[in-house]
Amino acid sequence: MAEPESARRLVTGRGIVLRGDDIDTDRIIPARYLRLITFEELGKYAFYDERFDDSGKPKPHPLNDPRFAGGAVMLVNRNFGCGSSREHAPQSLMRMGIRAFVGESFAEIFSGNCTALGLPAVRVSHEDALRLQSLVASDPTVELCVDLESLTVAAGGQTVAFTMPDPDRRSLVAGTWDSTAMLLANRDAIVAASARIPYLHGFAQSGAASQGGSRG
Amino acid sequence: MGRTLLDKVWDLHKVASLPTGQDQLFIGLHLVHEVTSPQAFQALADRGLTVLFPNRTFATVDHIVPTDGQRRPFADELAEQMMRAIEKNARTHGILFFGNTDDQGIVHIIGPELGLTQPGMTIACGDSHTSTHGALGSIAFGVGTSQIRDILATQTLSLSRPKVRRIEVTGALAPGVTAKDLIIRIIADLGVNGGIGYAYEYGGPAISALPMEARLTMCNMSIEGGARAGYINPDSVTFEYLKGRRFVPTGGDFDKAVRFWKSMASDADAEYADTYALDGNTVEPMVSWGINPGQAVGVTGRLPRVSDARPADKEALAKAYDHTGFEQGRTIQGLPVDVAFIGSCTNGRISDLREAARVVKGRKVSPRVKALVVPGSRAVLRQANAEGLPEVFREAGFEWRDAGCSMCLAMNPDKLTGRQVCASSSNRNFIGRQGSPHGRTLLMSPAMAAAAAIAGEVVDARQVLPAGGGNGRS
Repeated sequence: MAEPESARRLVTGRGIVLRGDDIDTDRIIPARYLRLITFEELGKYAFYDERFDDSGKPKPHPLNDPRFAGGAVMLVNRNFGCGSSREHAPQSLMRMGIRAFVGESFAEIFSGNCTALGLPAVRVSHEDALRLQSLVASDPTVELCVDLESLTVAAGGQTVAFTMPDPDRRSLVAGTWDSTAMLLANRDAIVAASARIPYLHGFAQSGAASQGGSRG
Repeated sequence: MGRTLLDKVWDLHKVASLPTGQDQLFIGLHLVHEVTSPQAFQALADRGLTVLFPNRTFATVDHIVPTDGQRRPFADELAEQMMRAIEKNARTHGILFFGNTDDQGIVHIIGPELGLTQPGMTIACGDSHTSTHGALGSIAFGVGTSQIRDILATQTLSLSRPKVRRIEVTGALAPGVTAKDLIIRIIADLGVNGGIGYAYEYGGPAISALPMEARLTMCNMSIEGGARAGYINPDSVTFEYLKGRRFVPTGGDFDKAVRFWKSMASDADAEYADTYALDGNTVEPMVSWGINPGQAVGVTGRLPRVSDARPADKEALAKAYDHTGFEQGRTIQGLPVDVAFIGSCTNGRISDLREAARVVKGRKVSPRVKALVVPGSRAVLRQANAEGLPEVFREAGFEWRDAGCSMCLAMNPDKLTGRQVCASSSNRNFIGRQGSPHGRTLLMSPAMAAAAAIAGEVVDARQVLPAGGGNGRS
C-alpha cells in the first residue's frame, strides 16, 4: 500500500548544532513577532534576537553559520522549547527548513506542537546528544538519518538509539499527525460523551445531548 | 485504591481510545485570545469546518491591548488587525467575546472571575498559563494552535494521561510569605524541567489555608516547573469563591453542582506517581536572579557561584550570568532595579494589588524607578477604584493602567529598554521576555516588587510592611 505523503517514517538531512539547556520559546521567537494573524512570515524571525544585534547586523549564531546552511535536523540539549505554548516557535523553525529535532528532552507543549506539524522531536541520552553535536560541528556535511521505525539516528557511521512518546511516533509514521479528521470521525461518541458530563447541562440529573453548556 | 482528581476528570471526559494509543478527551471549557487563535480559525475555514460547540468557547483580548488608553483603532496596526480578526471570528462562529465589554481582561483572570472555570472540568487554551485554572480543581492546560483547531472543530483533543505528583506542603507560610514565593521555591527545588510528563497536585495544610486568589497564583506557575497542569482539590474555599459568579448555577442547582464538585476531589487513598514534601515554614520571600524561574533565591540569600553548582547546572548558570552580568555570590538584597511591574495572570488580581498597596501607601517610588500597576481585568480595575487603590499608587509615583498582559511579555507598547532591571510580579524571566533583548527580570511577589519600587533596589518587603505584617491572605 502506498505510504501517505504525510507519513514521517524517515527524516534525513544535514544537522544544525544549537547548544544549551532550557532554551525557551521566547528566545526561539520573540513575542513581538507574534503580532501576525498567519504563520507564513515566521521563518525570518526564528531566534531573531540571538541572530541579530540592535542595528540588525548578524551575530555569530548557528543559524547564521554558513556551514550549517540548509540543515534540516536541529541538535539540541535539555528541556528545549520550554515556556510559552506558542506554536509560532516550531512553525518558525519549520519554515526555515527544520524537519526534525534531536535533543536530550523537550518541553511537553513544544514537542506536542512539533508532532502536530509533522516534525519528530526525538530524545537521546546526554552523552549521545553531545556526541552527535560534536560530530556535526566538526563536519557539518555529514548526513543524519532519523528513523522512526528503528528508533535510531544514524550519522557518519555511528548509530544512536532514541526514544519518543509512542503515540507521537505512531501518528508520525502513519501520517495521521494532523488529528482533526481522526477526532471528527468520532462525532457521535463526542455528542454521547457530552450528554453524561453534568456541567454541560446545568447539573440536571440526566442531560440531553444538546450542544449547550453551563448556564449563562 | 482510590483515584486522583485527574483520574476522575479524565475518565468522565474520555470519548474514545485512539489508534495512536492516546485518549480522545472532551474539552469542557475552551478559552481563546487574539494571539494564538486566528491561524486556527483560518485552518477551520480552509477545511470547510465549523465550530462544533460554539457555546463552550469563550474569547477575550489581553496580550496585544495597550494599557494606556484602549480607544480604537489601536495605534499599533498589527494589534488592531489582531483585534479585528478575533472580533470577526467570534461573530462568525457565535462565540461569546468579552474583549469589547466590561469583562475584558487577561484570559486566566476572567475565567475564574466570571465563574466559567469550575471544578471537575477539562479546560484548554492556547496559552501555557492555562494551568492557572487548576486552582479550582479542574484539569487545565495550554495547547498549541493546531490543537485549538482540533478543539474548535471537535471539542476534543488527542492526549496522553499524565502522571500525578503530589506536592505536599506542611506547616504554614510565615507572615509576609506569599503563594508566589511558595511556587517559586517549588520550581527552584524541582527544576524547570522537573514536571515534564506530570500534573502537579498541590495539597497539605499550607495549601488548604490559601485563599482562592493565592491558589490561582500557585497553579499559574506550574508550567514554569515543566508541569503542563497543576491543580488543587476543590473544598469549601472553592465553593465559597464560586457562589454567585455569573456562569455558576444558582439555588438548588448550585447544591447539585457542589455535590458533583466534591465527588471529583482526589480520594483519601488515591495513588500518586510520586510525592514531594515541603515544610511551608521554611519558605521565605523568593527572588529570581537568572534567566529561568528556577534560578531563584530567598531574599536573605546570595546568588549562587557557578563553581559550586552541580555539573549538570553549570552551563545554565554560566549562561545566566553571561546575560545578567550580576556578580556571583552577591546578596540579592541591594540589587538596583530600574522598573517595577505589578500585574499579569500570575499576580494581577485584587488581592495582589491590595498587598502591593499596603507596602506603597504613604511612600514614594524611588526617583530611579519607573513603576506601573496593570490590573488583570476591568473587573479588578473597578474593584480597585472602589477601594481607592489607584490614588494610593499614583500618589506614590506609580503609573496606573488599563487591563492587559502588558509588560509580562511586552507584546504591547509596555517594554523594558536596554539593560534595565525589572522587579516584576509576572511569571517568566526569560531573555528578552519583557521586550528588551538585553533586559533583566527579577520575579517576585507583588509586595516585594512594590518594596523594590520604593527602595530602588531589592529589599525584604517584610521589613517595609506596616506593623502586623502581611501574609498574602488578603
